[in-house]
Amino acid sequence: MIRWDWIADHLDDLAGRAGQHLYLAAIAVTVGFVISFALAIVSIRQRRLYAPISSVSGILYTVPSLALFAALVPITGLSVLTAEVPLTIYTILIYVRNIVAGFDSVPADVLEAADGMGYRSFERLLRVEIPLAIPLIVAGIRLASVSTIGLVTVSGILGDRFGGLGFFIFEGYRRSFPTEIFAGALPSVLLAVAVDLVLVAAQRRLTPWTRPPRLERVQAAA
Amino acid sequence: MNLVTDTTAWLADPRHWQGSSGIPIRLLEHIALSGVSLLIAAIIALPVGLWIGHTGRGATLAVNLANLGRALPSLAVIGLIVPVTAAIDPQLGFKVYPTVIALVVLAAPPLLVNAYAGVSGVDRDLVEAARAMGMRERQILWGVEIPVALPVIAAGVRSAAVQIVATATLGAIFGGGGLGRYLVEGIAQNDDGKIFGGVVLIAVLALSTELVFSIIQRRLTSAGLRREGAGADAKVLPVLEGPDATPA
Repeated sequence: MIRWDWIADHLDDLAGRAGQHLYLAAIAVTVGFVISFALAIVSIRQRRLYAPISSVSGILYTVPSLALFAALVPITGLSVLTAEVPLTIYTILIYVRNIVAGFDSVPADVLEAADGMGYRSFERLLRVEIPLAIPLIVAGIRLASVSTIGLVTVSGILGDRFGGLGFFIFEGYRRSFPTEIFAGALPSVLLAVAVDLVLVAAQRRLTPWTRPPRLERVQAAA
Repeated sequence: MNLVTDTTAWLADPRHWQGSSGIPIRLLEHIALSGVSLLIAAIIALPVGLWIGHTGRGATLAVNLANLGRALPSLAVIGLIVPVTAAIDPQLGFKVYPTVIALVVLAAPPLLVNAYAGVSGVDRDLVEAARAMGMRERQILWGVEIPVALPVIAAGVRSAAVQIVATATLGAIFGGGGLGRYLVEGIAQNDDGKIFGGVVLIAVLALSTELVFSIIQRRLTSAGLRREGAGADAKVLPVLEGPDATPA
């Protein structure tokens, strides 16, 4: 069913494509974050803008990725933009929702206390609001990363220069060679899971206060 | 605007509305593939979700599994199934089966989680009252829990349907039918009109699915719940913070 010898012979190719996969995903996840952070800040200050931002991105979200990749081909050709624009668009809805939810989760009395202590608006954002919003923001980064890694596979439709591990899925189908399809599919899933686990660990590191206190520390304090 | 004229010309060409690769047939293929997959997924996932919601057993396991299912990349899922089905049936094993199985796998989580969350979210006093009135467990489930939970269950069906319709597009990559064919062929043939015509058709189908299922969802909300405004905007319950599902 699966020819393991083929996989063993192509480990170099697989590693190279995995690198490309992460690279294509990282661009979208980063650019999407920057755009979304700005959009989220704007929608928090101007609540009226949140509904249109979220419904426009919601509509784009129902459009399948294959269609969005294809839609850009007549406009941007087979360039990196054709792959990155749809990937970035998909991250925006996830991010904006989570970042806005993160800022909404900051209790009003904490904000009042910060104001009472004389924090300026920007200082309050940087030192109070952002740190308290981090758990939900990181949850958004996790979702965006995992879904982008899944979608990078589909970008293989744009040709051999794209797709990361998805390249093997497309080539394997062209050659009617199930082993190659499998060799592209399994690592894509594993990559998504691995990145998710790394980000969970990062979230724990970034927000030590959300962890339950360790028993010995509590006892030492008492 | 070259693109607009190309697309309108492609869509308006009567030849594209006839024959086995015409728009009506491709649309029917797409809807049939999606409908069958949704039906199979519902037959499997809904009873399990209802049972977990009613008994409260296995809830954590189910939610975790559903969470995992939601993170699965759809194209990769199809790719994982191909070697198995291709070994069983070298002909159709490359085309139809992997897509249907993948669609079922991807649609099950929202169906299961919402059925579970809908039933377990029913006011416990209501269930206790039904029990005190002498209703049997089966009667409680069908007469009390399901009607009250229906808007939430329907929201899960809506989310699953939208995701299935979107993901069914990917079946075309593996030679399956449906509207995705126009995208795959358009890119291969460098035919902008065909690509954009396909994109328009798919976007319209995806948005219509969302619309039709949200109307059904509203209809299924009982009048009493609608008055309270509880069911009308019942959403898919997010397992993680975020949209209902990952894009296809």
